[in-house]
Amino acid sequence: MNTIDIIKPENLVYTKPKLMNDNPMHYCPGCSHGVIHKLAAEVIEEMGMEDKTIGVAPVGCAVFAYNYIDIDWQEAAHGRAPAIATAIKRLMPDKMVFTYQGDGDLAAIGTAETIHACNRGENIVIIFVNNAIYGMTGGQMAPTTLQGMKTATCPYGRTPELNGYPLKISDLLVKLEGTCYVTRQSVQTAAAVKKAKKALRKAFENSMAGKGTSIVEVVSTCASGWKMTPDQANKWMVENMFVQYPLGDLKDI
Amino acid sequence: MSEEIKLMKGNEAIAHAAVRYGCDGYFGYPITPQSEIMETLMVLAPWKTTGMVVLQAESEVAAINMVYGGAGCGKTVMTSSSSPGVSLKQEGISYIAGAELPALIVNIMRGGPGLGTIQPSQADYFQTVKGGGHGDYRVITLAPASVQEMADFVALGFDLAFKYNNPAMILADGIVGQMMEKVILPPFQPRKTDAEIKERSPWASVGKPADRKRNVITSLELDPAEMEKNNIRFQKKYKEIEENEVRYEAINCEDADYLIIAFGSSARICQKTLETAAKEGVKVGLLRPITLWPFPSKAIKEYAKKVKGILVMELNAGQMIEDVKLAVECSLPVKHYGRLGGIVPDPDEVWVAMKDELGIATDPSSSIKANAGESISKEMISEVITNLNQMVP
Repeated sequence: MNTIDIIKPENLVYTKPKLMNDNPMHYCPGCSHGVIHKLAAEVIEEMGMEDKTIGVAPVGCAVFAYNYIDIDWQEAAHGRAPAIATAIKRLMPDKMVFTYQGDGDLAAIGTAETIHACNRGENIVIIFVNNAIYGMTGGQMAPTTLQGMKTATCPYGRTPELNGYPLKISDLLVKLEGTCYVTRQSVQTAAAVKKAKKALRKAFENSMAGKGTSIVEVVSTCASGWKMTPDQANKWMVENMFVQYPLGDLKDI
Repeated sequence: MSEEIKLMKGNEAIAHAAVRYGCDGYFGYPITPQSEIMETLMVLAPWKTTGMVVLQAESEVAAINMVYGGAGCGKTVMTSSSSPGVSLKQEGISYIAGAELPALIVNIMRGGPGLGTIQPSQADYFQTVKGGGHGDYRVITLAPASVQEMADFVALGFDLAFKYNNPAMILADGIVGQMMEKVILPPFQPRKTDAEIKERSPWASVGKPADRKRNVITSLELDPAEMEKNNIRFQKKYKEIEENEVRYEAINCEDADYLIIAFGSSARICQKTLETAAKEGVKVGLLRPITLWPFPSKAIKEYAKKVKGILVMELNAGQMIEDVKLAVECSLPVKHYGRLGGIVPDPDEVWVAMKDELGIATDPSSSIKANAGESISKEMISEVITNLNQMVP
C-alpha cells in the first residue's frame, strides 16, 4: 500500500509529479537541484507536454538530470547545450525544448553558445542553476563565484586582480533583443519555490508561443562545495548571493 | 526526369546534393576554401521548398553541436568546414561517435598546421582516419576525386552514417572543392517523415510517448564495466564496417609493373602520370582508395604482389603511406612523394620523383599507350590556385 492509496483524493494536497521517477538522486543533502528538477517536471506535466518535451542536460552536477525526469533527453558536451537545443527546436518546432545548465557550463565554457542562442532568439528555455561554484569537479572557482569566496582554485578567496569579477550573465542576456524573459529566482523557502515555478511556467509558455529565449536563473546552494550545512548554506545564500544576484524579473516582454 | 548535367564547383555540388538527398539541416561557419557550401545553400533557400533548415552558427564548435542535436532527433544533418575549423569540431565528432549518432561532416582541406594557408592540402589524413578527437572511435571517411563524386558522396556518406549510426566524413581538398566540372545531380528525394524517422531511428529523442522508455542521447557511462561493453560494441561495429564498406578504384593495375597509390585530387593528377610513364615504356597502375577508413588494405596487398614498387603520392609529408606500408608488410619498396603547404605538383614532376625514388630505368623507344581517364589538367589546377590567391582566409 502506498501513500496515495491511504489518502482520500479530496485530502491529497501534495504529490510527486508523475514525471519524476524513483531513481535515488545523486545530489547532496541541501542541494537546490532536486527542487528545481521537481518544478520543471511539474510544469511540463501541468502543461500536458510530457510527450513533446526534450531536455538538454549539461556537464556538471546535473549531468544525470536525464535519470530523474521521465522525458526524452540529450546529454550535451560541456557548455554546448544551447547549440544542441537550437538544432532540436529548429528541426522540430512543435516540441518544447529546454536546457538545464550550471554556472560553469553556461557562463564560462559555454558563454558563446549561451549568448548566441539568446541573441538568435531561439524559442527555448534555459534553466540556469547558479551556485557560484563547480560542484561536480569538487568545488573550484566558477565565473559567478563571489569576491572573497574561497574555493579549491581560489583558496585565499577570489580577488579581482587575479580572477576578475563575478559574472552577472543574466544581466548581459537582458540586453539581447532575442530574449523575451529573464528572471532570477531561488528555491530556499516555500514562497520562493512557488514563485520559481510560476517563472518556469511562463518561460515554457513563452517558448511555445514563439516569443524568443527565456532564461530562468535560480540562485542556488551548494552546501558541499561551500563546506556548510544545508541550513548554513541557505542563510549564506540569502546574506551574500542575493546581494550580488538580486532576485526578480530582469526582463519580461 | 531527364538527367540534369550542370557545370559547377565541387563545393556547390555538395550543397545541391544535400538538398536533393532530403537533408533536414545544415549548420556551418564560414572558412575558406569551402564557404561556397553554405553560400550555395543560402541561395537555394531550401527551407522554402523541402523544409531543410540552414543555419550559420557562431562557431564551428556550435555548428558540430547543432549537428549532434539534430542527429539525436534522428534527423539527416550535416556540417562542413576546412582544416582549422575541423580541428575545432573534433570534440563534437568524438561525442557524436560516442553517442552513436549518424551525421555527415565535410572537410575541404587546406594547408596547415595552424592557420596555415588557404591552398589545397591533404594533411588532415591522420586527424581523420586515426581518431582526431579523444577516445577509441572511427569516422567513415570518403575521399572524392571529382565534382561528380562530391555530389554522389553526400548520399553515400549519409547512407553509411545511418546504416551504422556513425559519423561519416567527406575528406576533400581545396582543388576538388574549387574546381569546376560537369556533374549529373541526383534526383530529388523527399525528407524523411516523422513516422519514417521513428522506424529508422527508434532511439531518437523526439518526445517520449507513454508507451516507451525515455530516449537519452549520451556518450556518458560512469560504470567502467558498462563503458567497456560500449567500447567493445563500437569495435565490433568498426570491424563490420572494415569488412563491408571498403571502396577503391583501380586504374591500369592488372598488368602494372609499378603502382601509384593516391587519393582525392592527388589521384586525379596521377592519372596523367600513368600516361607519361607509358610513353617511356613503363606500365604504372593507379590505386585510388575511395574509403580512407576503412582502408583498402587487402586490395593493396593483392596488387602489391604483382609489382616491383609503390609510390604513395599525397599533398602532405607522408601520412597515408603508413597505412600502405602496414598493408604490404614491407614486402616491397614503398616510397612517398608529396608537396607541402598548398603546393600542388604536376604529373610529370611525380613521374620524375617516382623514377628516382624507385630506381626505374626507362626506354622511350619502347613507348606504350595508356588511357588512364580524365585527369585534372595543369590549367585547371592553376585556375584554382589563382582563384584561391584572390580569396582571404
